[in-house]
Amino acid sequence: MYANTVGRKTFQFANYTFLILLSLTCLFPLIHVLAISFSSSSAATAGLVTFWPVDFTTKSYQYILEEPAFIRSFGVALQRVALGTVLNMLLTVLVAYPLSKEARVFRYRTVYAWYFVFTILLSGGLIPWYMTIKATGIMDTLWALVLPGAVPVFNVILMLNFFRGLPKELEESAFIDGSGYWGALWRIYIPLSKASLATVALFTVVGHWNAWFDGLILMNSPDHYPLSTYLQTILTKINMSSLTSDQAKELAAVSDRTAKAAQIFLGALPILCVYPFLQRYFVKGIVLGSVKE
Amino acid sequence: MLRLRRFRDMPLHLMLLPGVILVFIYSYLPLAGIAIGFQKFMPSKGLFGSKWTGLDNLHYMLNMPGIGQVVWNTFYISSLKILFGLLVPIVIALLLNEIAAHRIKKTFQTLIYLPHFLSWIILGGILVDILSPGHGIVNQILGLFGIKPIYFLGNNDWFPFTLVASDIWKEFGFNTIVYLAALTSINPALYEAAYMDGAGRWKQTWYVTLPGMLPIIVLLATLSLGNVLNAGFDQVFNLYSPAVYESGDIIDTLVYRTGLVDMQYGVATIVGVFKSAISLVLISFSYWAAYRFANYRIF
Repeated sequence: MYANTVGRKTFQFANYTFLILLSLTCLFPLIHVLAISFSSSSAATAGLVTFWPVDFTTKSYQYILEEPAFIRSFGVALQRVALGTVLNMLLTVLVAYPLSKEARVFRYRTVYAWYFVFTILLSGGLIPWYMTIKATGIMDTLWALVLPGAVPVFNVILMLNFFRGLPKELEESAFIDGSGYWGALWRIYIPLSKASLATVALFTVVGHWNAWFDGLILMNSPDHYPLSTYLQTILTKINMSSLTSDQAKELAAVSDRTAKAAQIFLGALPILCVYPFLQRYFVKGIVLGSVKE
Repeated sequence: MLRLRRFRDMPLHLMLLPGVILVFIYSYLPLAGIAIGFQKFMPSKGLFGSKWTGLDNLHYMLNMPGIGQVVWNTFYISSLKILFGLLVPIVIALLLNEIAAHRIKKTFQTLIYLPHFLSWIILGGILVDILSPGHGIVNQILGLFGIKPIYFLGNNDWFPFTLVASDIWKEFGFNTIVYLAALTSINPALYEAAYMDGAGRWKQTWYVTLPGMLPIIVLLATLSLGNVLNAGFDQVFNLYSPAVYESGDIIDTLVYRTGLVDMQYGVATIVGVFKSAISLVLISFSYWAAYRFANYRIF
């Protein structure tokens, strides 16, 4: 409710301008990197590239796509996302459903709930965590990247709050029809929670794709690095000593800057393809998880 | 009756079992590993074979050169992140709320959510490139205004600022989501009533919109208290260098270097325990306060 005055129009103009500039600050860094990745090494090194490729070439991409370490780590990342997401989703649902019961129905619910929530409150810290994983003998395997974080407690809380909001009558009618808890979970709760499950799945996929630290410390061999860890070792450190002289020469031909830009873009690409299409789900999911009655 | 009940609950216990076991192994067993903090720990001898040294590691930690600076850096960086991380999304949500055209608003939202989904590896790579004093585009643009190149990631005066600004830039868009949701739940009749009383858009914002958002603001502010010792390991680790340890080294990066680079497991553990203990108090307090003042329950 407002009058359409001159002041209002001026405000609208300023507001649009500001928001356009703001959104562009989120987009332009990536566009800039994309432009560099498609530019010639001399143009990139001379700092001539802004938001459009100069001397268009796909050399950097050809170089990257022939780099065995890049391809291999891309594969590890895909495996990790697949295994990790299946495991996380399964455990999230299996833990959230019993915890969504009222204590009147499931007497030990509160004890279990605190058992899981306590892990948010207190942790042993990095070294004991590392030593435990080492002791369980899964170092340097894919399991090290998926088992330690297999129960994502924050997602469990999000799901259990959602489950709790579903009408109890539905479940009761399933019980009358002879279903047990497993049947009710599978036939009533999961089909009714698609939006929330999509949200949690998106967070899980993005989380596994982006995770790098566990790969860095739990994988002894760089051959087992997932993509984010591999990118970490090349993007944020200038470490020429780890390169063989052949690699260094090839890098010079492509230029360190354009090669890095191409890898940044390829690392971000899967996420760019996924998140906009799930926007309405995660907006809904977050709101359900945080603003509850 | 009791037997029957137990039997009936069996499926629920079974569903929880795998999760309970995994959490026990990877979250509860490490708590026993806190003992490492009171040992001269040797991985080859294990937790039971290593020599107990009492509070030696604690003394060592307290006398470490620069430990005070590290704690201060952590507190300083995280406090600024919490403060601006709360304020900026509120302002942006209010501005977005003024956009009537649905599709334009949605496009803005999609764009500002983007950095949230990218890791600090990708963003670190981008920032190292665009902030470089030599060929970085940010310094090129500043150069157009006659400003000399700034070494954002290598200068102790600029580094904390760069950390805070880039963190806000990454997360502000995503954090508008809850505020925008709170805005849509405000009763439109309140705006009509304010309009009838002669309130313009500014007054409507001040007297209707902001009070409507207040509960969620209070809630998020209280919950963020638990993060006072989390200055952002992923970000700092990928952007810092020895040149900016003075202003950018935080507790988590110190633990990493002491423990996994220098192999001083005992000292790194005790520093971690020290952080966990303070965080426990802060998080517990923030949950309690959120419950008390915003009627919030975790589960």
